[in-house]
Amino acid sequence: MIEQNLSLLLVAIPLVAAPLAALLPAGRLPWLLTLVVSWITLGLAAWQLWVVADGSVISYELGGWAPPWGIEYRIDALNALVAVIVAGIGAITLPYALRSVADEIPRWQTPYFYSAFLLCLDGLLGITQTGDIFNLFVFLEISSLSSYALISMGQKRRALTAAYQYLIMGTIGATFLLIGIGLVYAETGTLNMVDLAARLPELYSHRTVHTAFTFMLVGISLKLALFPLHLWLPNAYTYAPSAITVFLAATATKVAVYVMLRTVFTVFSNQFVQITPTELVFLLLGMAGILYASVAAIYQPDAKRLLAYSSIAQIGYMVLGMGFGSALGLTGTIVHVFNHALMKGALFMALGALVYRVGSTRMNQIQGLGREMPWTFAAIFIAGLSLIGVPGTAGFISKWYLVLAAIDQQNWLIALVILAGSLLAVAYMWNLVETLFFQPATRQREPVREAPLSMLVPMWLLVIANIWFGLDTELTVGIAETAVQLLGVDGP
Amino acid sequence: MSEFILGHYNYWIVILLMMIGFYTVISRGNLIKKIAGLNIFQTSVFLLYISIGNVRDATTPIIAEGFTHYSNPLPHVLILTAIVVGVSTTALGLALVVRIREAYGSIEEEDIHAQDKDASL
Repeated sequence: MIEQNLSLLLVAIPLVAAPLAALLPAGRLPWLLTLVVSWITLGLAAWQLWVVADGSVISYELGGWAPPWGIEYRIDALNALVAVIVAGIGAITLPYALRSVADEIPRWQTPYFYSAFLLCLDGLLGITQTGDIFNLFVFLEISSLSSYALISMGQKRRALTAAYQYLIMGTIGATFLLIGIGLVYAETGTLNMVDLAARLPELYSHRTVHTAFTFMLVGISLKLALFPLHLWLPNAYTYAPSAITVFLAATATKVAVYVMLRTVFTVFSNQFVQITPTELVFLLLGMAGILYASVAAIYQPDAKRLLAYSSIAQIGYMVLGMGFGSALGLTGTIVHVFNHALMKGALFMALGALVYRVGSTRMNQIQGLGREMPWTFAAIFIAGLSLIGVPGTAGFISKWYLVLAAIDQQNWLIALVILAGSLLAVAYMWNLVETLFFQPATRQREPVREAPLSMLVPMWLLVIANIWFGLDTELTVGIAETAVQLLGVDGP
Repeated sequence: MSEFILGHYNYWIVILLMMIGFYTVISRGNLIKKIAGLNIFQTSVFLLYISIGNVRDATTPIIAEGFTHYSNPLPHVLILTAIVVGVSTTALGLALVVRIREAYGSIEEEDIHAQDKDASL
């Protein structure tokens, strides 16, 4: 009974729990409810992935209305993998969030905080489950609206302006997507993604379809923080509460990558991509994003901001992978979505631990902390190696596939940019490591203790996952290859 | 030609509103005016959807004797959802402006940037 309703339960449980969390008394109860819900969703998402890992597809008709009239939830290996990333990061962030949130959020706000967190989780999971493009827009707005509220709960007043800026840019992005959806609906009369995929090919020469595609691409790119539409991201990640930075950095942009893949390769198709300059745009913006954001990261005076810029660079890699138009490139993108969630999750958790102990991540405040917090420092070091792409870590696998895709097309320039991005990552991560470990603490301060166990354990689980998925690639690459086949991109 | 312009007049209004709204969001420094611009921008999209649902010589989609042509009700339903999203966005945006005003004493973007710059020095 549960197995038939997996996809619906994934969306329904957090949605029902969100108002309940808001009604609970302030303190630990809202957290406990959120924790239980997030672990249940992880279990359901893992079950779902196990069912579809062989390439099969689950189709769920909402309310018994047959598609294309009713809303269909359609699960294949790609959605199931992204759902596991979202639910998994949610489940691992919550044990960490207890101490971090108690430290950063006023006690009376905790029910609302966790309620918004559940809504955000719900929106992100909903995006991964739905097979209806308008439904996708609605879930995108559920997750976005709750993340604006969550970001604004940061301690500094700049969190408010960061949330406002994100709200303006995010809403413009969502409205662009809405315009695109309206135009394809006008052309085809359907909103179901599979139905759209069947009806659009005969209309590929229509200018309205091209306009719709462009609107959707720009809208999703805004949500994705693709260079040069990334301006909202650094402030949002820097000033959000630590636990929210962990959650959003590891999930929100990944889900946007998924929406991009789904729109470009399922709703439209590789065939459509070939008759438009989409690949060129992806390649150019991907390369520009990698180089620009990696250089910008070197000069940031705040560690959280440094990693935010690094995230923009990593998004560049994911978009680059889509630009190759080959199965190798897309495999690289999907594996990088998974691996980047692991590394950025671990890194932002470590920075949250610094905030918990010294209240800041500004470079001049965290000097020498690495010697006093050895476990947190070691986590930053290992996750940093993964971010750079050192062999034996998860980051190496995804970059390996991207370089292979570039070499396969004999595109040496792109291969060079990928390697240059890794070298720049060495530079900015070295900045952080040097500040934390080799520089003496400049000002007098109380001796700092290591972060509490409830923060260290989730952090190290992600660090170990970084190494695990660097050595055992069967799960990630296997599922990514199945997903690429379902997206209809052939060739090497 | 004139039929092309007059026959699509609602789409011209959509484009006009869209540009007015988008320009307001980008060009104004006042945080409330930005939200007003965002609203106009979203409203233009509502109008686009409603125009799509129109069927020539058709009546409102209520079953009645003597009518066989009905307008397509689905875009209307979709846009109801989008209106709800728009209203929530506006409410949240205005709530943020209230908090920003409490924290900075201003709702002008330039003022706020200047204050942030001073604080980070």
